[in-house]
Amino acid sequence: MRLRIGPAIFDIRSPFGGAIASLRHLYRDYPQGMPDEIYDFTVAALPTTPWRRWFRPSIRLQADFTVEEAVPVALRHALLAFEMGVNMQMALGYRRDIILHAASAARDDRAVVIVGDSGSGKSTLSALLSWSAGWRHCGDELALIGLAGDYSLTPYPRPIGLKNQSIPVMRERVSADRFGPRLEGTMKGTVQHLLPPVDAIQAMDRPARPALIVSPHFTAGASPEIRRMTQSEAYLRLSVASTNQLTLGEPGFDALIRLIRSVPAYDITYGTSEEGLQLVEKLWGDVE
Amino acid sequence: MTPSTLLHSVLREPQRMERLTAEQWNALIRVARVEMLMGTIGMLSTGMHVPDKARLLLDEAAAIASVRQNAARYEVQRMVEALTPTGMPVILMKGSAYLMADLPPCPGRNIGDLDIMVPFDRLSEAEAALKRHGWQSIKAKGTYDDSYYREWMHELPPLAHETRGGVIDLHHTILPRTARLTPRPERMLANAIPTNCGAYIMAPAEMLLHSATHLAYDGDLQGGARNLWDIDRLVRHFAEQPDFWDDLKSAATAHELTSPLARALRLSHRLYGTPSPAALRGKPDLIDRLALRKLRGHDRYGAPTTPISNFILFLRGHWLRMPLPMLTRHLLTKWRARRAEARQAGRENDQ
Repeated sequence: MRLRIGPAIFDIRSPFGGAIASLRHLYRDYPQGMPDEIYDFTVAALPTTPWRRWFRPSIRLQADFTVEEAVPVALRHALLAFEMGVNMQMALGYRRDIILHAASAARDDRAVVIVGDSGSGKSTLSALLSWSAGWRHCGDELALIGLAGDYSLTPYPRPIGLKNQSIPVMRERVSADRFGPRLEGTMKGTVQHLLPPVDAIQAMDRPARPALIVSPHFTAGASPEIRRMTQSEAYLRLSVASTNQLTLGEPGFDALIRLIRSVPAYDITYGTSEEGLQLVEKLWGDVE
Repeated sequence: MTPSTLLHSVLREPQRMERLTAEQWNALIRVARVEMLMGTIGMLSTGMHVPDKARLLLDEAAAIASVRQNAARYEVQRMVEALTPTGMPVILMKGSAYLMADLPPCPGRNIGDLDIMVPFDRLSEAEAALKRHGWQSIKAKGTYDDSYYREWMHELPPLAHETRGGVIDLHHTILPRTARLTPRPERMLANAIPTNCGAYIMAPAEMLLHSATHLAYDGDLQGGARNLWDIDRLVRHFAEQPDFWDDLKSAATAHELTSPLARALRLSHRLYGTPSPAALRGKPDLIDRLALRKLRGHDRYGAPTTPISNFILFLRGHWLRMPLPMLTRHLLTKWRARRAEARQAGRENDQ
């Protein structure tokens, strides 16, 4: 099957028919098909060994860009294997923009970029922004920042990978048909995908201009706090959060410098989801 | 036409890119990525009318290659700084030589590790100088892997820079010491040509001979399309000099490398129509057939379609590298090490 997410078309295949069917269903709102297009990356989910197609089925990835020490994934977690494969193509092979390990959301085509380590709360915050606060979802994991003068953000609005405690938080707010299957016992615990609102997927070709950078720190019980980053701190955080900025050489450096010189960056600490949302809205009010 | 032969034909005749269907583009891009030639066809496509998406992917690959080439140039300069005080001659090998001498394989070529060669009796001096400048051996001293390189190979264990991560392979000759053929590095050093950067490159005949030997005698022809493309570009360029073929013939004889040279010339003739005197090419054999099967054996996703040929070539590569008893001992040691590692990992999991 072919699938387009933001600027990239993936050619995805697997002898495990059920895995492809669940992928088709999860990505039902995204462009599929496109047999006559030149695609960007191929990703195949193949049995680890021939007998692993039938006996304790498990998946290895074969793709344009791979790492040597990739771990096999059990068939019941096939959606995660595809996600890993697709992310790997972007992280290792996509060089048209700076890729930040960050979530992003837009309002009136101006964007907030949410940068932070796994587990810092960026997926949850971006899910809340789009499903509770009316922002346009632009991605929960990778933010693509253009190399040209205006450092514009190209949406890459994959389904949001909710983990553990953030799943019930969103189940309360969003109807069940927007959720993918519940995947128990993965490397990151329980994972469940949440489809972004249809509008966000339909608008995925419309770029947005970054206006605010936040780095969330969710700690249960913590009191809300905002701290402005210096420009050099913001550069370092974003450079470290990028999979490709250094390999882009001078254009990558220049684009990131333009971004942090024009857009303010903040650390925000909060103890509940509502507080997190409020902090983002408050900072947004300041930049507007 | 297989996806691989599509790539070969595009390299021979880049204008073909103006007439490809989307399906052909998809296959071409996959094989070009696997063979590390995407940047090369990206450069060859300059000024051609190709579909927008193809243009995007080709330009992207060409741009990345050029950033990497800048980084490789920087690494060469740092290496020269480290080794200049020793006064020893340093020869750049393969990619970095093409880069610093601006030779025709260069445009769009991906340049990875920095391969250099120094005189055998100054090897430890070179290693010490590089270590003073921040390069560290990636194999711990006294381990099997470390002594494997030092006793048997044509190079020291890779040296990685502690902050930049760039890797130098420090050679003293061009084939493993255990290989059946023994070229003469002292002749390469004596004929070497200085470049502006302070390091040397091999004389044309020996540069080609090294490229040919690396392709036809060392390893299993993995990445062969790219290595043969290097050979094609070098041959067409060097053959403009009147004495080139005579020099090449005497160099091949002096280094006992006539047979790998012949094979490389035969294969590049088959793939890219590389011109060469028929007498130097010799006669095709079974290995050529297996090699051509492997070189042409990719599907439209870039995956290999000729497992048996590939496996025989893999065995042959090892067979050429070292005599059988040595090979057996080597594989046994590696197998034991892996088993010990697995057991160790098992114990840690139980705890």
